[in-house]
Amino acid sequence: MITAAVQEREHYLNASYGIKSWLLTKDHKRIGLLYLATITFFFFLGGAFATLIRVELLTPQGDLVSSETYNKLFTMHGVAMVFFFLIPAIPATLGNFFLPMMIGARDLAFPRINLLSWYLLVLGGLLSLYAMLAGGVDTGWTFYTPYSTSYSNTWVIATALGIFVAGFSSILTGLNFIVTVHRMRAPGMTWFRLPLFVWSTYATSVIQVLGTPVLAVTIILLFCERVFHLGIFDPTRGGDPVLFQHLFWFYSHPAVYIMVLPAMGVISELVSVYSRKPVFGYHFVAFASVAIAVLGFLVWGHHLFVSTQSLYAGLVFSFLSYFVAIPSAIKVFNWTATLYKGSISYATPMLYAFGFIGLFTIGGLTGLFVAALGFDVHVTDTYFVVAHFHYIMVGGTIMAYLGGLHYWWPKMTGRMYPEGWAKLSALVIFLGFNLTFFPQFVLGYLGMPRRYHVYPPEFQVLHVLSTAGASVLAVGYVIPMIYFIWSLRYGKVAGANPWNATGLEWQTASPPPAHNFDQSPVVTHEAYDYSTVLGEVEVG
Amino acid sequence: MASEAHAETPALREQFDTEEQQKDASTLGMWIFLITEIMFFGGMFLAYIVYRGANPLVFAVASSSLNVYIGAANTVVLLCSSFTMVLAVRGAQLGQRQTIVLFLILTLILGGVFLGVKAYEWNEKFQEHHVPGPAFHFEGLPPELQGRAQLFFSLYFAMTGLHALHMVIGVGILSLLIWQARKGTYSAAYMTPVDVSGLYWHFVDIIWIFLFPLLYLIDRHLGK
Repeated sequence: MITAAVQEREHYLNASYGIKSWLLTKDHKRIGLLYLATITFFFFLGGAFATLIRVELLTPQGDLVSSETYNKLFTMHGVAMVFFFLIPAIPATLGNFFLPMMIGARDLAFPRINLLSWYLLVLGGLLSLYAMLAGGVDTGWTFYTPYSTSYSNTWVIATALGIFVAGFSSILTGLNFIVTVHRMRAPGMTWFRLPLFVWSTYATSVIQVLGTPVLAVTIILLFCERVFHLGIFDPTRGGDPVLFQHLFWFYSHPAVYIMVLPAMGVISELVSVYSRKPVFGYHFVAFASVAIAVLGFLVWGHHLFVSTQSLYAGLVFSFLSYFVAIPSAIKVFNWTATLYKGSISYATPMLYAFGFIGLFTIGGLTGLFVAALGFDVHVTDTYFVVAHFHYIMVGGTIMAYLGGLHYWWPKMTGRMYPEGWAKLSALVIFLGFNLTFFPQFVLGYLGMPRRYHVYPPEFQVLHVLSTAGASVLAVGYVIPMIYFIWSLRYGKVAGANPWNATGLEWQTASPPPAHNFDQSPVVTHEAYDYSTVLGEVEVG
Repeated sequence: MASEAHAETPALREQFDTEEQQKDASTLGMWIFLITEIMFFGGMFLAYIVYRGANPLVFAVASSSLNVYIGAANTVVLLCSSFTMVLAVRGAQLGQRQTIVLFLILTLILGGVFLGVKAYEWNEKFQEHHVPGPAFHFEGLPPELQGRAQLFFSLYFAMTGLHALHMVIGVGILSLLIWQARKGTYSAAYMTPVDVSGLYWHFVDIIWIFLFPLLYLIDRHLGK
């Protein structure tokens, strides 16, 4: 029996047993799975808050929850989703698992620090979870002062400390990845032979390392002001709340690219493998990742267009924000060009890739709308902005994350997911997503402000559409959860390379052995050179 | 190039092929960590620049209440500790266990002296009511400028406090290194932890080199 043969071979999952062998593991693959479990929990937690928000918004009156509870709901939705799902999502799970394998290394440069960063995420998550259970927090995920320092009587400190601790997890992961890419590449794996997922994860790591410490110090200053009465942002003592916003967005705008850059890396892999062609303009796509990382640090002021920032600063930030469109467009055009005359197969991951390209384009183009000073004044703090960033984060990052998860699932578990169910759920997610968030563009344009649970009756139709879409979306997210677990036992056994892909991670068994490769690979060809695998026929 | 996994030692962890590769990786890792530290302190330096730019005179007057001689003495203490740290690293390069231990202990003592002096200074500030909060009072400033003076002291406590926290962490690292060095963990062939800890110690020193003039010396040009 094939099953028996698979179970006998030693791999990273059966190399050792027991809860201790997981909690003290230094294996990047196991740590990747620990992250997967953790962020899945926070995804469904954040999803539960979103569900309550959408149910409340079914009617124009506030009939399900009070204003105070509603404030807490959208705050905790944001905190759980941004800091404990989206930021670690792709780098810490797929990146952790595959970055070392893609460059032909046995592990990350610092396996102990890698394990530590998982524990930090869990500790930060528990702190925030404690705050949520103890009574919640109502400042919005942005923690704007002076409300967060002086007026809110909710669990600001516990939540902020949770984010602070999780921030160190993010910093250490980024540091680990940078050192690994610099120092651990296999012989022959030159910089321009790296898979584009590695390039984009590398660029992401640079943002994590440069941006997150600024969030850390901002939270410390917030902490000092709330607990020790140091008045750094206190306007009654000459402090400036807008300074808080500058510091906060200096991290939190680049954080958007922490979420979406790795997603772009996943899409580059998927588009190439399912059209059997090397990515068009490899160098441009690689450098576009770096360009996005750099430009991402120069545009934070577009979050402060209406926050008493000087008009000239606003002009400059608006102008610079447009520049982000250039590398983003390079990527979208190059993926499209890769498809041209490709031998395209419509496997589930490719459906997610198509979804990503379309939704990211809408999210990106509306990003240009809100980067325009005049238009942004009109839609600031409306559902237009809410729809815009959900197109990037949910339509972009989560689509790519799910696409990547399906693509690499056979490698991680040795089993195939059920293709029919997977295609169905990809379709459900795409439809549900658009039904949820497209009406919000219209709502916002018509003047529906964000963060309100009571609204004029004429907005109800659009809100009902959005809530209906959210229900569809929820179903779409639950189906993969079920069949992924099902596939662990009943899925078809996957061969080493079910997609005939070129990456080094496919040149070892599925699931991989504890040290990834039985023999350290030596790289002799460029990335995405399908002439090296086309002759192989998968048995199985 | 080794192709198989090998037995693990501190000097050659199993994920690395050569000791040189491991040393390079550790050193690069520490430099990147120090870059994150620059960004971390950078946020506070930015706040300082903004607020001092808005209140140059109040900041200068508030700064004049700090004891320049104590601050200068502490700067000398810290510079000396960097010197002894370098000698400890040099001892490690030469594989002289006694030298490493001796200079690490000297570094530890100097770090402790710095923290002691800092504690004395903070205590003085408490007694002078220069700690931000309801009891804050700065002699000689009109009521409408008291808040601005509090802003200076908020920055003073936040910046020196976080610097001191880094010193405390450094003292912990030094204690660990001393314990390991006495056991004979470090030799000319394997001294990376001593080396990268030295980088960290120098960094914390350099932060103080910026803090000292910005907090203690800005009233000098007033010619009061």
